Amino acid sequence: MRTDEVHQETMAGRAHLVTAGESAPVRSTFEVRIHGRGGQGVVTAAELLSVAAFNEGRWAQAFPSFGSERTGAPVVAFCRISEREIRTHEPVLAPDALIIQDATLIHQVDLFSGVTADTYILLNTAGSFDDLGLGEFVAGFRHDHLLTVPATELAMRHIGRPVPNAVLLGGFAGMTGVVSEESVVAAIRQRFAGPLAEGNVAAAREAFRYVTDEEKELERAAPD
Amino acid sequence: MLRQIEGSRAVAETVALCRPEVVSAYPISPQTHIVEAVGELVKSGRLSPCEFINVESEFAAMSVAIGASAAGARAYTATASQGLLFMMEAVYNAGGLGLPIVMTLANRAIGAPINIWNDHSDAMSARDAGWVQLFAETNQEAADLHVQAFLLAEELSLPVMVCMDGFILTHAVERVDLAEQDDVDRFLPPYEPRQVLDPDDPMSIGAMVGPDAFEEVRYLAHARHLQALERIPEIATDFASAFGRTSGGLLHTYRTDDADTVVVALGSVLGTIKDLVDVMRDEGTRIGVLGITSFRPFPAAAVRSALEGAARVVVVEKAFSVGFGGVLSTDIAMAVTGLALAVHTVVAGLGGRPVTGAALRPVLIAAAEGNAEGLTFLELDRGIVDRELARMAEHRHSGPTAENVLRDLGTATVQGV
Repeated sequence: MRTDEVHQETMAGRAHLVTAGESAPVRSTFEVRIHGRGGQGVVTAAELLSVAAFNEGRWAQAFPSFGSERTGAPVVAFCRISEREIRTHEPVLAPDALIIQDATLIHQVDLFSGVTADTYILLNTAGSFDDLGLGEFVAGFRHDHLLTVPATELAMRHIGRPVPNAVLLGGFAGMTGVVSEESVVAAIRQRFAGPLAEGNVAAAREAFRYVTDEEKELERAAPD
Repeated sequence: MLRQIEGSRAVAETVALCRPEVVSAYPISPQTHIVEAVGELVKSGRLSPCEFINVESEFAAMSVAIGASAAGARAYTATASQGLLFMMEAVYNAGGLGLPIVMTLANRAIGAPINIWNDHSDAMSARDAGWVQLFAETNQEAADLHVQAFLLAEELSLPVMVCMDGFILTHAVERVDLAEQDDVDRFLPPYEPRQVLDPDDPMSIGAMVGPDAFEEVRYLAHARHLQALERIPEIATDFASAFGRTSGGLLHTYRTDDADTVVVALGSVLGTIKDLVDVMRDEGTRIGVLGITSFRPFPAAAVRSALEGAARVVVVEKAFSVGFGGVLSTDIAMAVTGLALAVHTVVAGLGGRPVTGAALRPVLIAAAEGNAEGLTFLELDRGIVDRELARMAEHRHSGPTAENVLRDLGTATVQGV
């Protein structure tokens, strides 16, 4: 794949949001599920993503899965993004994109419930899907939709704390094109202030570049 | 002003715009964020004058609201679930005394078994307390209903409970158009109490009433609810012209014209139902939706006229009356007495189980084809139920049901087994 084709692919992410006319009320919505652990800012990530989409004039909905809120316990949050009002409030069962903030959850919870071969998967790791033993599982998946970013390392470097949530949203913007890098940056600055905001912004921007570079690598490596 | 905001925060901001003078607060999930945010607004001086009183229990929260309201203050509180039960004696008193307190109920299940998730059991437990009960479908409506609730409550001297789905709405971050202070001030005049405790003009509120007049006093509460049936749609119309959006009213219909099958529900599940109804309409099924906003007073005449053309109604309820079945269904059935119309009840979403379009779809398809049962429990795991029933038939000492069921499910949270 060439660069312009990648661009078309990311635009396809956007095209997915286009809805039909009044006569056929198709309510196409981009649905994201975020997995992490208590303390990693999973719920905040979903909220920030919804604010990024809101900043673009879209409808968005973020909500946590409800349960005990213990540090380290598995946490799930959801975000829907649409060009139209989002009426449903059911949990996201078949995500268009999956953000995994903590790779150690792989053997603990059913991270991949409802995913298809087309689902975007963004994994917080300095390694690869193969390194985590997921190579076989994702063999039939779209390789340009399977991306990794060392978000915890980026967070440590820019923020000084292992909080990968906002960083991964930069990666999400790079991976899907569903929201822009600038909308994510604006959402981070709306939520945080001072060095915390700027650290998260710098880390998110680096994650964006990392993921888009990774996409280019994948294009080059992909067979014709 | 359009904001991307948590439902609880949107409610707190809107409540503050209504200028309550006394807010009594006791935290219980999922309403905690609301009173916390109101508390912040009081502390920062944005909501002033207002006395924010941290109380020691829900019983105190409602008792303080009663005292404040009787002294002529605009009073607000919020609760959920067991919190509502704990304040219930005072809830009935507020209703019986006709004190215009506004309370948010962040709907949640009631134990046992212990459960912190959403359903409508708490609201149903207060159905007959004499409060107006308005159900919000969205966070926008939840926010807007509070403005209307203060107006309605104070005009008629009746307490109003704004019910919004706990977690599903309270914890959802969504787009909400928050009202402006000037607009709320124009819409909601200062509280002019019908009855007030004033040291300069002493009187009592809360007389003991014997058999000679109890029925009359209770009927007068009913009469005010009948007045509310008139005022709720008028206030919604006034709200629409003042704020430029539709919220509240007695009920909402969606694609009910020519519908053979109408799905009836309360609260946020209506969103999922509308999405599903759109799909089924595309497939040629004549199906529509009736959302009840005002559960008490119950708009029987409006419900009847909305359902007149239908052949059947499917009432999707997040609560049920153990030993019988649907609660809302009973009201719907009364409202359509004499019409050739079948009423089916689908109990769904108990204790926070998500009500999905995928789960509802086969039930609604069967109903539209005339094959619905009278009472269905959505996605009931019959195998689990039958195992426990068999255990109970077999052993006298079969033990606690909840623990047995969790053990069968393999849930690791059961202690000591």
